[in-house]
Amino acid sequence: MSTRLPGSERTPMTRFLDTRLGTWTGFAAAALVLFGLAPLVLSGFRLGLLAQFLCYAIVAVGIGLAWGRGGMLTLGQGVFFGMGAYLMAMHLKMADARFEGGPGAVPDFMELAGIRELPAYWAPFASPVFTVAAILVLPTAFAVLLGLAVFKRRVKGAYFAILSQALAGAFAILLIGQQSLGGFNGLSRFRYFFGFTLADPANQRMLYFIAAAVLLAVVAVSLQLRRSRYGELLVAVRDAEERVRFLGYDAANVKVVAYAAAALFAAVAGAVFVPIVGIISPASIGIVPSIMFLLGVAIGGRASLVGPVVGALVVAWAQTALSEQFPSAWTYAQGLLFILVIALLPGGLASAAALTKRFRTKPTPVEAAA
Amino acid sequence: MDLLVGQLFTGLSTGSILLLAALGLSLTFGQMGVVNMAHGEFIMAGCYTAYVVQQVVGDAGASLLIALPAGFLVGGAMGLVLEALLIRRLYHRPLDTLLVTFGVGLILQQAARDVFGAPAVNVSVPEALRGGVDLLGVTVPRTRLFIMALAVLSVAAVALVLRFTPAGRRIRAVVGNRDLAETAGISSRAVDAGTFFIGSGLAGVAGVALTLIGSTSPTTGQSYLVDAFLVVVAGGLGRIKGAVVAAVALGALQAVFETYSTASLAKVGVFVVIVVFLQLRPQGLFTLRTRSLA
Repeated sequence: MSTRLPGSERTPMTRFLDTRLGTWTGFAAAALVLFGLAPLVLSGFRLGLLAQFLCYAIVAVGIGLAWGRGGMLTLGQGVFFGMGAYLMAMHLKMADARFEGGPGAVPDFMELAGIRELPAYWAPFASPVFTVAAILVLPTAFAVLLGLAVFKRRVKGAYFAILSQALAGAFAILLIGQQSLGGFNGLSRFRYFFGFTLADPANQRMLYFIAAAVLLAVVAVSLQLRRSRYGELLVAVRDAEERVRFLGYDAANVKVVAYAAAALFAAVAGAVFVPIVGIISPASIGIVPSIMFLLGVAIGGRASLVGPVVGALVVAWAQTALSEQFPSAWTYAQGLLFILVIALLPGGLASAAALTKRFRTKPTPVEAAA
Repeated sequence: MDLLVGQLFTGLSTGSILLLAALGLSLTFGQMGVVNMAHGEFIMAGCYTAYVVQQVVGDAGASLLIALPAGFLVGGAMGLVLEALLIRRLYHRPLDTLLVTFGVGLILQQAARDVFGAPAVNVSVPEALRGGVDLLGVTVPRTRLFIMALAVLSVAAVALVLRFTPAGRRIRAVVGNRDLAETAGISSRAVDAGTFFIGSGLAGVAGVALTLIGSTSPTTGQSYLVDAFLVVVAGGLGRIKGAVVAAVALGALQAVFETYSTASLAKVGVFVVIVVFLQLRPQGLFTLRTRSLA
């Protein structure tokens, strides 16, 4: 790559990882840690936590693509995360009901809410194939439609950020109002995952492996996108949208692809998240959780490939470790991190290494102008 | 007929609340291009100002009269500090400002939680504003009428300041063309700080007004913020006129949707209408003509 971007400054390490050998070495090392080391040293409970964090990291990879590379500040990833999660949760509830009560039984929470008849839109989710297809297609299609509507009209920058945030707010409120989707409490207490008992530690371990595999796959897809001509174009749109348009490209289409990819990643993360954590509710996909997805990405380095993953894992780990013991202090810390990282280190930790170098070498005139 | 008047009134009332919350934003976001996510927390600070003033003064009527200017000063002062410490350094990075001010908002919310506690507090309504007035056959709560009047007054005050005072002329000059204004001897830094003071002060006033119709909790401001932003986006950047029309329109829309469906579907309906509306007018209702690309 010839371009120099904030958060992707060249260091010997990143230069090595850019080579073919380096890429394979990086993936092999990550796979070794995720599939070999982590299951060996972590207890079942901690492995479950890590699986949950990996889901956040999958969302972060998508945000890194859309925001870091594409310049689209998506404050509404909770919507796509929630779509994937709810679609999966609907299937799990249906499967549980079929397994325990036979065909025609309604999920347990509906009985409690006094819903005797299964709503028509629930019926297809008895099929695992339909559910998986829906998770892959519905959120992506929604993102494409919304993206076309917004980007074709050149709604961008802060306008887009506010719209995406309003979308997250509206989506959460919509879900709270739906009694047939569990309302405020959401969907929880799943027993089976495609026929496997969720209470079995071996199956929980399998879910961890699924999350890890999905993360590696998502990173690989993101890497391919970044290294393709499309990836160069995406960065060009971020840095000088008008110029790209003058060159004859449709900038809106470029943006829609990255936005839809981020939506797909988030949806898959949500779908994997549900059986691991065992609950999805409107509270975890609204406006504030949607912005919180960005914190890890910003800390790790929005424009880098691995930065968002590491950042999301660290933030999720800190959240779990600190928020229960020091809820007040943790909120202050979150606020401060947003302020300090974004204001002082916009490239995130990924740029910290290169930052020291920048002090030593004078910027070239081109860089100084940029 | 009664239903229609009732609807109209609900719409106007919701609209005037939106307008109070959005007016300050329309200045800071619209005129300066700064997305201040802490604006909601400035509103919340106004609410707690009303609460504290009432704890000190006691009498509901007198405390409201004191709280309105006090809320303006508290909100304005917080805005000044925020502008001087952070926003001034980030003018060329509007999207980053959004996230930084979100962090500020988080801290302010938690501070309110630590100082005033997480449960909601209530401010008692002055005797004169209790009860309702019969208007064209429907009973209208006086507090709502007061808020409408306050919204009208605030808009008029902002419009007059912008139109006729030297400070307002300077603000308009900087909005129109920052470089030319500086060439003419205007300190754009001072103007920015002034605009931010007024915009944030208006958030404080909105907060004081909101205590008349609801209880105050650390997340009060946040619940109004997104709607307020939508008003500014739909109205068009930098136009007070746009904010007024958009606020009333969105308020009416919300009221109509709520009659025919639920409050939750109404929110979704409003969002869809705004996305469709931006298809027709991507720059909002009224646009400030500039020669810049984009």
